[in-house]
Amino acid sequence: MDKNKSTKANHNVVKFNRWGYIFLIPFFVTYIIFSLIPLFSTIYNSFFENYRSGLKQIGPNFVGGANYVNLLTTPEIWKYLGNTLLMWVGGFIPQIVIALLLAYWFSDPSLRLKGQRFFKTVIYMPNLIMASAFSMLFFALFSDSGPVNQILLSLGAIKEPFKFFQFVGASRILVMLMNFLMWFGNTTILLMAGMLGIDSSLYEAAQVDGATASQVFFKITMPILRPIFIYVLITSLIGGLQMFDVPQILTNGRGNPMDALTTVIMLLNRYLTSKDVGRGGALSVFLFIVTGILSLVVFRINSSKEKD
Amino acid sequence: MRKKILSVLLSTTMVAGILSACGSAAETPATEAPAAEAPAAEAPAAEAPAADAATEAPAADAAAEAPAADEGKVLNISAWNEEFKSRLTDHYPGYEVVDGTTGKIGDVTVNWLITPNEENAYQNRLDELLLAQDSAAADDKIDLFLVEADYAVKYTDTDYTMPIKDLGITDDELKDQYTYTQDVVTDSNGVLKGTSWQGCPGVMIYNRAIAKEVFGTDEPADIQAKFSDWDKFFESAGELDKAGYDVISSTADTFRVYQNNAKLPWVNGTQIQVDDNLKKWVEDSKKLADAGYCNTWGQWGEDWNKGFYPEGKVFAYFGPAWLIDFCMAADVDGSVAHDGGWAATEGPQGFYWGGTWICAATGTDNANLVADIMRKMTMDPEVMKDIVLKDNDFVNNRPVMEELANDPSYQNAVLGGQNPLKMFCAGADNIDMANLTAYDQGLLGDFQTAMGDYINGNYATYDEALEQFYTLALQRYPELTR
Repeated sequence: MDKNKSTKANHNVVKFNRWGYIFLIPFFVTYIIFSLIPLFSTIYNSFFENYRSGLKQIGPNFVGGANYVNLLTTPEIWKYLGNTLLMWVGGFIPQIVIALLLAYWFSDPSLRLKGQRFFKTVIYMPNLIMASAFSMLFFALFSDSGPVNQILLSLGAIKEPFKFFQFVGASRILVMLMNFLMWFGNTTILLMAGMLGIDSSLYEAAQVDGATASQVFFKITMPILRPIFIYVLITSLIGGLQMFDVPQILTNGRGNPMDALTTVIMLLNRYLTSKDVGRGGALSVFLFIVTGILSLVVFRINSSKEKD
Repeated sequence: MRKKILSVLLSTTMVAGILSACGSAAETPATEAPAAEAPAAEAPAAEAPAADAATEAPAADAAAEAPAADEGKVLNISAWNEEFKSRLTDHYPGYEVVDGTTGKIGDVTVNWLITPNEENAYQNRLDELLLAQDSAAADDKIDLFLVEADYAVKYTDTDYTMPIKDLGITDDELKDQYTYTQDVVTDSNGVLKGTSWQGCPGVMIYNRAIAKEVFGTDEPADIQAKFSDWDKFFESAGELDKAGYDVISSTADTFRVYQNNAKLPWVNGTQIQVDDNLKKWVEDSKKLADAGYCNTWGQWGEDWNKGFYPEGKVFAYFGPAWLIDFCMAADVDGSVAHDGGWAATEGPQGFYWGGTWICAATGTDNANLVADIMRKMTMDPEVMKDIVLKDNDFVNNRPVMEELANDPSYQNAVLGGQNPLKMFCAGADNIDMANLTAYDQGLLGDFQTAMGDYINGNYATYDEALEQFYTLALQRYPELTR
């Protein structure tokens, strides 16, 4: 990971670099203990039958790839992966659109927006609330006799309370909405940082050449912003694949209706009833591989464009 | 140049991102690895308590006579809510409250370990505590723990739970308890491993004002005639619907009634089985929901609760004594219960719901105190009568309950002065607990989740929903088959 290759031409540099390595030690120690070892022990455990039946421990018995075969041949895992990706995409598209727009406005000096600080704070606020608190709030807001239904009823928009949590579409949209609300502020700030780093002389030159606002955006801002954009996309993808807290709390772990809100990590949580380390390990490894592949695909697509 | 730096930065962050991502995904099972190894290491030790218990038995007997000088100074009680704590506070002689989670009995500190039931959290914690019982310091050992009927077998059928007679409690002391309460906590070898202060026969609790308006009477006998079986129940529900009332708050309300009248246990060997009566619940509930006679929301939510108030327009709830006493908002101004607006009748079928059993953990260092708490709270007629009079609970003592059932001066204020105890007594005698398995709690929850979607119209057929039930059940219990 460390790309700073020290050249041996200068002794002083080597001496300073030594300090660099020393400062890196705490990171690597915590990383090895809390990430690397668990990572390998997860892979190791995924080859065992190892769970608890009541208070009785079953296993660990070596079963080879049986956990993987069981996992991948049941249709649910693909369904849950589909649920996860769908709810991520549904939240990510509005999130990136709104964030781009806001970041563009905030970073454009010619607009001279007033109260920027205030709005930057406000859009970031939802991210400060815990996801679980946020989804409990939504559960109360959208319950059958909750405020949203009350308002719609009193406006005469509906005759009977609309049961949001009984419909697959409505409940998925609520999850997407929550993910969007929680993360668009964060994305805005990242994109804005990228946009502010663009040399203003480029914009001036474009203005002199008579470029329109949309030309400036698509020909200057977006190409230079691409690395930040990929970063946002990949972190969001990784976060999205691990989606857990919002649907878990919203549906009390059941993924209702019809298991349509169950994400991959929620399935991992279900294995906890029987402390099933084997199946849990197989699922984690599966998710690790899926995440790795998808991230590489996204990275490839974007970097190949860069060469054109 | 900047581009190069950025791309280096990016590739670094990306790799770190992937790694940290898998790190957190992987952590959950991985951190458990040591925990999973622990029981294996303990396996030989697990037999030790059994031997201990045998040698301890005479010791406990001897100690029962002598003053408790060698007893531990901390009594750890594991529970999922405040119910037993409030019973102990109010009725156990000499219990003093110290703060929210501690109390004192004499010079013994009572330490309450309260973990809510949600998502199996209570059992997860209890499992860890019991599995670590041997290696725990004397003051950290669990002494008493509480269980529910839905999963009692999981604990009683192991050596982690102490036989009642090893605490020095004799059959004679237990003779007044209802048989079913003992069946729940009797292990597969016929050894009694716990005891309860309450019985939970259930009744149909209906709103008097609505009964008068729709049926012209609020007399329990007349209402019973209109709800004596499920067909009549459906007919009367139609009448209530015309007047703008829901017969019950949610289809979930009747689940326990059908479930208790099932003939098959949930699991036979390792095979999951679904009783016909549960299918009947699904069909009847679907009929009720499709006709708009009731809703389908989950129990305990705000929507479900609203029938506790007149504007909720709900005719009836199904429940045992603790629902009336503990849950129906009797202390809230304006609730139906506060104004004594409910009445009770048997309803279409008898059933039970809930109940809490106290078990002694093997390895307890407070055996005498544990035995005394069991004696006072679940066998002492004076204390138990006091519980009925103060808390309107239905206690696990036949003579006390029968005496009060025939006592015209006993009135339940929530039920508008009705004495429902005769009904409860008759119900308690009929409860049959032969069908319990260690998997009941998980399976009946999953069944309701899957069938709830069918009742709401998300699944087209019962079979699709049943398929979903099996999927959920096998995720939860890898050892079961369909």
